[in-house]
Amino acid sequence: MMRVLVVEDSLSMRSFVRSALESEPQLEEVEVVEAGSGFDALRLLPRGPYDLVITDINMPDINGLELLQFMRKNERHRATPVLLISTQKSEKDMERGFKLGATGYLAKPFSPEALCQEVVKQLEAAKVDQGKDGG
Amino acid sequence: MAEIGDKAREEFFSEAQEIIEQLSRSLLSLDAAEKGGRSDPSLVNEAFRAVHTLKGLAGLFGASRMGQLSHELEDVLDDLRLGRINLSANVLDLLFEAVDLFGHVLTAEREHSDEPIPQLDELLMRIASMGQSAPSVSHPIAEYDLDPGIMAVLTEYEEHRLRSNVEQGLGLFRLRVHFDLATIDKALEDIKQRGKAHGEIITYLPTGEATSPDTIELDLLMASSDDLATLRASLGAENIVIEEVPRRRISSATIPPPGLTGQGPVTSVVPPKPESVVPRARHSEIAPQEAQGSLRSVTQTVRVDIRKLDHLMNIVGELAIVRGALSRTAERLRGEGMRQLASELHRLHRTFDRRLSEMQAGILEVRMVPLGQVFDRLARVVRQISREVQKEIRLVITGAETEIDKLIVEELSDPLMHMIRNAIDHGIESSRQRESVGKPPAGTIALNAYQKGNHVMIEIEDDGAGIDEAALLEKAVRIGKVDREDVGDLTREEILALIFLPGVSTRDEASDFSGRGVGMDVVKTNIAKLGGVIDVHSERGIGTKMTITLPITLAIVSALVIRVASQVFAIPLSSVSEAIAFDERGIRVVDGREVMTLRGTTLPLCRLRQLFQLTGTRDGRGFVVVTEVGNRRLGLVVDHLVGQQDIVIKALGETLASVRGFAGATEMEDQKVGLVLDAAALIEEVLAGIDAPRELMRSNG
Repeated sequence: MMRVLVVEDSLSMRSFVRSALESEPQLEEVEVVEAGSGFDALRLLPRGPYDLVITDINMPDINGLELLQFMRKNERHRATPVLLISTQKSEKDMERGFKLGATGYLAKPFSPEALCQEVVKQLEAAKVDQGKDGG
Repeated sequence: MAEIGDKAREEFFSEAQEIIEQLSRSLLSLDAAEKGGRSDPSLVNEAFRAVHTLKGLAGLFGASRMGQLSHELEDVLDDLRLGRINLSANVLDLLFEAVDLFGHVLTAEREHSDEPIPQLDELLMRIASMGQSAPSVSHPIAEYDLDPGIMAVLTEYEEHRLRSNVEQGLGLFRLRVHFDLATIDKALEDIKQRGKAHGEIITYLPTGEATSPDTIELDLLMASSDDLATLRASLGAENIVIEEVPRRRISSATIPPPGLTGQGPVTSVVPPKPESVVPRARHSEIAPQEAQGSLRSVTQTVRVDIRKLDHLMNIVGELAIVRGALSRTAERLRGEGMRQLASELHRLHRTFDRRLSEMQAGILEVRMVPLGQVFDRLARVVRQISREVQKEIRLVITGAETEIDKLIVEELSDPLMHMIRNAIDHGIESSRQRESVGKPPAGTIALNAYQKGNHVMIEIEDDGAGIDEAALLEKAVRIGKVDREDVGDLTREEILALIFLPGVSTRDEASDFSGRGVGMDVVKTNIAKLGGVIDVHSERGIGTKMTITLPITLAIVSALVIRVASQVFAIPLSSVSEAIAFDERGIRVVDGREVMTLRGTTLPLCRLRQLFQLTGTRDGRGFVVVTEVGNRRLGLVVDHLVGQQDIVIKALGETLASVRGFAGATEMEDQKVGLVLDAAALIEEVLAGIDAPRELMRSNG
């Protein structure tokens, strides 16, 4: 069972992601946990672990970059892949995201296929890393 | 493309609608702030975020025109929030227009319509022609010794706000706060509110160093013109430590801090290497309740399609019929001597009755929404029209929290909008005229809502010129609505009520704003469809007040069931004030209309038997049901009072829908169908002196 935390303040966007991931045949048994803000994410993270965190960058109060930095500083979440989503325009924000340790980036708007493809990629890369570590 | 479910699509539409309303509210606040000489960057950012979210959603759900509009607007708002353009009245106008257009576009997307929307193309062209100036390139932030960890996580907007504050010479402060995770929302809202008085909070960075798993430590970066001592005195607390961000020494001031230019590498922030990764915790290591807890949803609310609530309400209505049957069965058992069984059944019936009432009340409560939803839209209309006609208008809203059935709110928005247009266009005088009679130059429109018993009252009051009764009367005579010889007999109230007749207006030429195909007659009809009435009061030179009385809900009503000849009718209790025994001897005839005296006042009567031309023997000793809607009363003469019953009103079929006087049909306890009388329409018909029976029965036949 894969567990994915989706951090996004738009309800429909969360529904979209959930609906896409849950109907993707390559992702057997995926459990999507939704957080409506950066704070909700901070509350939900200790209830992890999560195999992947998908977060919007632009959110009120705690933004996606701040959440990402928090995770990278925290031993428990340091290795969790983080997929950022934001609009094509915000290149600077995306750049900063990669410097902070984001493992992927998806520009809005995206299709369900593009999302699933990226999620599968992220999860597989994480498995390889884990293999290295554990091996 | 993978299928995105209908449910997700529905959620998209309702969220888009909410976002547009929120955008409208942000713009109204922004407009008010600008007019008050304050500028509030957080409002611009709120508007930006709203449009940004819309754009993202439009892209996902293939709503291309909405995507196009939000894309262009996002650019404008981004320029605004990043200080590349200034917020002028023109830009605000454009934003307000866009809000209206979003409404059209959303409807078109929902209905899969690809009809061209010319206003959209026009607005997009105007946006495209707006220029922008280059952002300033100085880096005064370099003067500050800011933690690179903070600089690395600022979004472009936050960085801009930081720069803009520093450029204005404000000092920077770091607030290190410890909060309980469970109550963090409230705690932060509190500090945000208190902080507002001293400056702007730029960002909230979780440090990752907490004292326990239930607490969190955040670094807040704040810009303020106050000094450290003032901030400490005002914001400091046991869990909040405030420090000033020191300025750098001279030599480093020339080096831009990392991350600010978007070009230089951020050397101080090292992304974690996969090799250094700590092995992940396995699922088995999680405490059971933690794993369980994670399944909980974050929000405590659900969205419900109103049709589902209607369905529930219908079931409740059917259960009410079962309740009646239970009661009758208990009576029958008692009659047949089975007292023990009868009283057991009676007890069950009582419990059932109580629970059913609770259920009804519960469903009704779910359907209720605050009137503020529609008032926000009206505030936008006021702003727009007052600019178009160049009148200064102050809108004062009270009672926005008053709740009413969602369906009624939807239907209310057009009539209210029309009345507001009327008030601005016809009611309020120009500033010059106002000043010449000693009024303040700005006109005031008050929009008040409050609950009164089973009704919600909405008042639209303006301090304009009032209705010209003579002109109104003249017009009514000219178009043949009033005979010239009857003019002297009309009371002031009756004259003012002429405004609701079709074709009557105090102006000969309808203006652009009020002459858009709907007059006050249509407003009145639409309000009547909701079971409401509208009254008008006006004083020359002082102003006009329209009062709308509406039922709180249309879904389920308590009704008085009556019988005339062999026909059964229901009258909603909300419009019944009392029922008294009918006494033929107390009847007088005034102006060809039957009336009786009720506690010193004259009550006009209407015999339903005659009105509906029912034949058949009289079925009881006769009662007068006193109906009251707004400030008008009418006594309905009926044969027999059957009793009180909760009914679910169902719409009449197409052939009967146009018949005035009936609100719908309902299923009675004996499973027969009865007609529900529309008291407001009856009062209207009868008191207007129109030949009601013929009118009603003609449409009926």
